Amino acid sequence: MPSLSSRENVLIIEPGRTEKNYWADLWRFRELFIILAWRDLAVRYKQTAIGVLWAVLRPFLTMVVFTVIFGRIAKLPSDGNAPYALLVFAAMLPWSLFANALAEASNSLINNANLIGKIYFPRLIIPLATLVTAFVDFVISLAILLAMMLFYRFTPGWQILLLPAFILLALLASLGPGLWITALNVKYRDFRYVIPFVVQFGLYISPVGFSSAVIPDNWRLIYSLNPMVGVIDGFRWCLLGGNSPLYLPGFLLSLVITAFFLWLGLGRFRKTEKDFADLI
Amino acid sequence: MSDIVIKAEHLGKRYVIGHQTAGGTTFREALVRNVRELWNKTRDLARGKPIIQGDRQEEVWALKDVGFEIKRGEAVGIIGRNGAGKSTLLKILSRITEPTEGRVTIRGRVASLLEVGTGFHSELTGRENIYLNGTILGMTRAEIKKKFEEIVAFAEVGKYLDTPVKRYSSGMYVRLAFAVAAHLEPEILVVDEVLAVGDAEFQKKCLGKMGEVTTTGRTVLFVSHNMAAIQYLCSSAMLLQSGHLISQGTTQQVVNEYERYESSVVDTEWIAPVPWYRGMEAHLKKIEVVDGRNQKRGVFKSSEAIYLKFTIEAEKPNDNLKIGFDLIRNGIVLFRSEHVDSFSTNIIIKKGINILVCKIPPDLLREGDYHLRPMLSIHMVRWILNASEPVLHFAIQFDANRSPFHHLINERNHPGVIFPLLEWRTE
Repeated sequence: MPSLSSRENVLIIEPGRTEKNYWADLWRFRELFIILAWRDLAVRYKQTAIGVLWAVLRPFLTMVVFTVIFGRIAKLPSDGNAPYALLVFAAMLPWSLFANALAEASNSLINNANLIGKIYFPRLIIPLATLVTAFVDFVISLAILLAMMLFYRFTPGWQILLLPAFILLALLASLGPGLWITALNVKYRDFRYVIPFVVQFGLYISPVGFSSAVIPDNWRLIYSLNPMVGVIDGFRWCLLGGNSPLYLPGFLLSLVITAFFLWLGLGRFRKTEKDFADLI
Repeated sequence: MSDIVIKAEHLGKRYVIGHQTAGGTTFREALVRNVRELWNKTRDLARGKPIIQGDRQEEVWALKDVGFEIKRGEAVGIIGRNGAGKSTLLKILSRITEPTEGRVTIRGRVASLLEVGTGFHSELTGRENIYLNGTILGMTRAEIKKKFEEIVAFAEVGKYLDTPVKRYSSGMYVRLAFAVAAHLEPEILVVDEVLAVGDAEFQKKCLGKMGEVTTTGRTVLFVSHNMAAIQYLCSSAMLLQSGHLISQGTTQQVVNEYERYESSVVDTEWIAPVPWYRGMEAHLKKIEVVDGRNQKRGVFKSSEAIYLKFTIEAEKPNDNLKIGFDLIRNGIVLFRSEHVDSFSTNIIIKKGINILVCKIPPDLLREGDYHLRPMLSIHMVRWILNASEPVLHFAIQFDANRSPFHHLINERNHPGVIFPLLEWRTE
């Protein structure tokens, strides 16, 4: 007989029980998290001709278009001495990270409906695992940025060391709404149509193609209600150094908004989570 | 250390389902309905309640007051018709859904094979899917590595290990999926209808593998409609009906019971074969046998009250209408009851649909099969319905918790057509 008695784990199932062991379970299921993230990555560019190049191509081409339209045609000012293309790409990076993470996370539960109906695990693993895919795409694009910096002979300052913190911020900014929407998606498939719209719209109202310094001073705080404003400004500050000073009140406001959405998303997700299997 | 690996107490699961009330089909009516639904949904959304489709809600207990104990190394079959609550029970045991009430204590790791191939991804290769599926089913990476060769050999897909599974034949796909699942080494294995897949040869292999699992001291819970498979694999069985655990015992015993009741449960409802027509005065449309929660049942414990629901349609308010039935056991009429029997009953038959409920009190009838013969008449004038044959059937099982001498209560030791638990006291 296999060694059962050595460490007898007793499991009790009763209403509300899963709730109590939630965070411990999340840790216990870490291998599942890893394998789901790996699966999403492995499958992502299967049966495509140029594969992972898609991760680079989309932000890069958008950057080119924005540089031409906002920089050349509209002649908007860059930050300090930074080349306009770098200004745009430094924003394009967190924006695509945010957009991909949000889109993937929002549809994640629906895409994994068969798992949810068949086995138990903390459901939070699914949207979390999708962040990994978005992050890997981001890392690839980051390499392009470094290449562009070499091309422009642009040296970033010490601020670049703080980049990981802002990457985390971008992920958290997408996770909050992502969790909320994916939970809603289980009940209302309407929300899968909301995301492409939000992403498309957000690209223009966020300071991706232009510098936030373009916004009149008395509007800037209100503008920072968009949490991506803080993230993008942070990225520019890290990557372009002293050229893009951080507008502190706005940045703090963005942090608060991000935290609020994270609280909201996590709360809604956790509240509805135990019914997913019955609803999906 | 106790030898009981699964202990369920008063387990219940409630679902709320919505109904679409059949309504008008005109555009205006549809519009009104849609607006009302939208309002209801928005309200539910705002309150964070689950959204229910439809405009009428009903609570359904998929499982109610289920309790049992399963010992280590037992292979237990779970039998019941569709909708009896088997899948809900397995879902609770494998933690996919939470019970609404009650609790289960489980010692050891549970793996469920609610459906083989869970999480298989068609773009990934056989090798990759073994790792993916294994992890999803709860194996660690190290365990999968150790078993890898065995799994591949069992599935007989060696050559195609690095081909995406979307290129597999359906047979290969199922074999691979089952192979992974079969090599899980949980202390408790929950299996639902896996044997419905694959060819006969492979099914035999699966049965063999499952038999092997039970001999290694593991506990297996097995749900199937295949009685032969259950009898082959399981030493004991449970019978679920309408969410209630109505029988537990050796496989043979429970399977027999299932087959006996399989024919009887069909009759928990009787619907008049003749339609209502004008001039009939009144018409008995339907009779249902329900329990205290208004759920249709075919089998009751002797400690439960039984409710007979008569649906009558009357052309006009009628004081002279009389509805009744004979209760029959072993061909003997135990009694006749009519709704006008007692002064304390005051039922007025109104125009339209009337639903009359007759309660048969608990602890009155003895174990056995009961038949019901309904009748409907205009008092002292004429019969509207006087069935010559019983039309309904239900069964009662003695509730062993009701008497310390339950094993002695049979026709011989305890004669009588009924077995009421009467009140005894000292004075």
